[in-house]
Amino acid sequence: MINNSIIQVKNLVKKYHKSEKNSVDDISFEVFEGEFFAFLGPNGAGKTTTISILTTTLNKTSGDIKIAGFDIEKQSKFIREKIGIIFQKPSLDLNLTAEENIRLHSSLYGLNTFKPFFSMMDKKYQDKVYQLSEVVGIKDELFKEVKSFSGGMKRKLEIVRSLIHNPKILFLDEPSTGLDPVSRNELWQYLKEVRDNEKTTIFLTTHYLEEAEESDRVCIINNGKIERLGTVNELKNDLISEEIIINSVEKDNLLAEIKSKNYNYRINPNNKDIVLHDNNLSSFKIIKSIETDLNKLEIIKPTLEQAYINLIKLNKN
Amino acid sequence: MISKEINAAITIAYRDIIKLFRDKTRLVFIMIFPVIFIGIIGGMFQQNLGQNIKYNYQMYVFIGIIVQSLFSTSVNGLVSLVRDREEDFTQEMFVAPISRYTIIMGKILGSGFISVLSILGIVLYGLILGLPITFVDIIVLAPVLLISVLLGGAFGLLIIGNVSSQQTVNLIFPFIMFPQMFVSGVITPVNKSGLILTILSHLAPLTYLIDLAHGLLASYREEYAGLTIYSPLTNIIIILVIFILFVFIGTFAFARKEKTK
Repeated sequence: MINNSIIQVKNLVKKYHKSEKNSVDDISFEVFEGEFFAFLGPNGAGKTTTISILTTTLNKTSGDIKIAGFDIEKQSKFIREKIGIIFQKPSLDLNLTAEENIRLHSSLYGLNTFKPFFSMMDKKYQDKVYQLSEVVGIKDELFKEVKSFSGGMKRKLEIVRSLIHNPKILFLDEPSTGLDPVSRNELWQYLKEVRDNEKTTIFLTTHYLEEAEESDRVCIINNGKIERLGTVNELKNDLISEEIIINSVEKDNLLAEIKSKNYNYRINPNNKDIVLHDNNLSSFKIIKSIETDLNKLEIIKPTLEQAYINLIKLNKN
Repeated sequence: MISKEINAAITIAYRDIIKLFRDKTRLVFIMIFPVIFIGIIGGMFQQNLGQNIKYNYQMYVFIGIIVQSLFSTSVNGLVSLVRDREEDFTQEMFVAPISRYTIIMGKILGSGFISVLSILGIVLYGLILGLPITFVDIIVLAPVLLISVLLGGAFGLLIIGNVSSQQTVNLIFPFIMFPQMFVSGVITPVNKSGLILTILSHLAPLTYLIDLAHGLLASYREEYAGLTIYSPLTNIIIILVIFILFVFIGTFAFARKEKTK
């Protein structure tokens, strides 16, 4: 059950030294425990700046932030214990093996006393590494140097590494950049499992909006300011409506009927279909009201991507 | 379990060590270069000028090269953080729940180990050459070796606190490190230099380490007397002051650079 706030951001401002305007301009939002929160926006909107501040790698200019109950300014070390991060660019040491990268992480987080060899590490650590690497499919490559890994394998390794300390919040900064569709799909399947099993809060930034369709809430940031914050459905309903594609052998009659009923429509320039859009009635009522015989009927559900594009275009105008 | 911060420092140090062993070319270079240096420079000077001086010139260079090796390997170790930063690996360290000082300590520890490894070749070569190294020499010089590693680390920290890119490091490094070899007394004594060289010698942190090593040696080996600028005590005080300054300024600048943009 989503209820407790795990990330609280109040009036956050970030102005880079050499910049004239604020990169993040007085934003406030909350993320709840166990929530899948998508933080979207065009390039330069302030997404990475915000995520860098939340993950304690960048100082804010002003504002208050609490993560897992800790103040970001005074208790950043405690916050770092509670979070896992998959960065936009992989932060692996390519000269180390996959397991060495995980061991390094585990020791830096104080989970184990560092030992120079995997065989010397405690059994709990060994079991967890085997288990996680098997789930993401890199078990056979555990003892190979990372420089021989593909982009997809590096991402999988980063997932294993970021989860080894059981973080309460997982920050994913464009995690599927550079991944092929199969790897992307596998990544999300696994993250879904993590979320289902561990109830980990996920804070995602991405350019692939279909990845955010499953999120509980979406926050759209543009020019450093929050444009919209709500559930995926709320956003879709606010910004875009379903489209009904129809056609008929008696097309002139159909067009006349639509005009007489004052429905908004456009003609698809490619196949001359009639597209009904932005009408205040439900699709069911509109279809029911049309008397002309139809030979084509399709209902297009709006996607988050369409809603997002509409919002960004709206703001440009 | 040992302290979390110490554990993290050891982890960071281990990473640098394992990386060295994976990079065979670097490993060979680290161990061979000083040997070549003693062999060529030391041998040449010993044969051509050594007849006119009362001390063993190769022994003089031997001590200088050991201190210089420890110092520069330690500087290099710290400066590798710039490369880590460019390869985005520093992100992994900076989001770990450890202090920034622990990262620095780990780097110094790792480069210290590599430094010690780098002098193994030199010591072996010194023994083959039949240099008059005694057990007392080793005991007396051991603290200087440790101090060299620490000062090298602090000097490296000062560099990374003020330099952002590997390209800049590659550009300025030869200007910072190479001249020190000549003005600090590694190759020849610098206690009777002219004004400009004296100023340059005093600007080089390595000078005080070399001077300390030779000064300690001179305290019980008469033939090395009169080759130093300052007494060992003065050198220790100067080293302590510049160490604190380098660590303070370097750590402050480094931590600030990483989080404040």
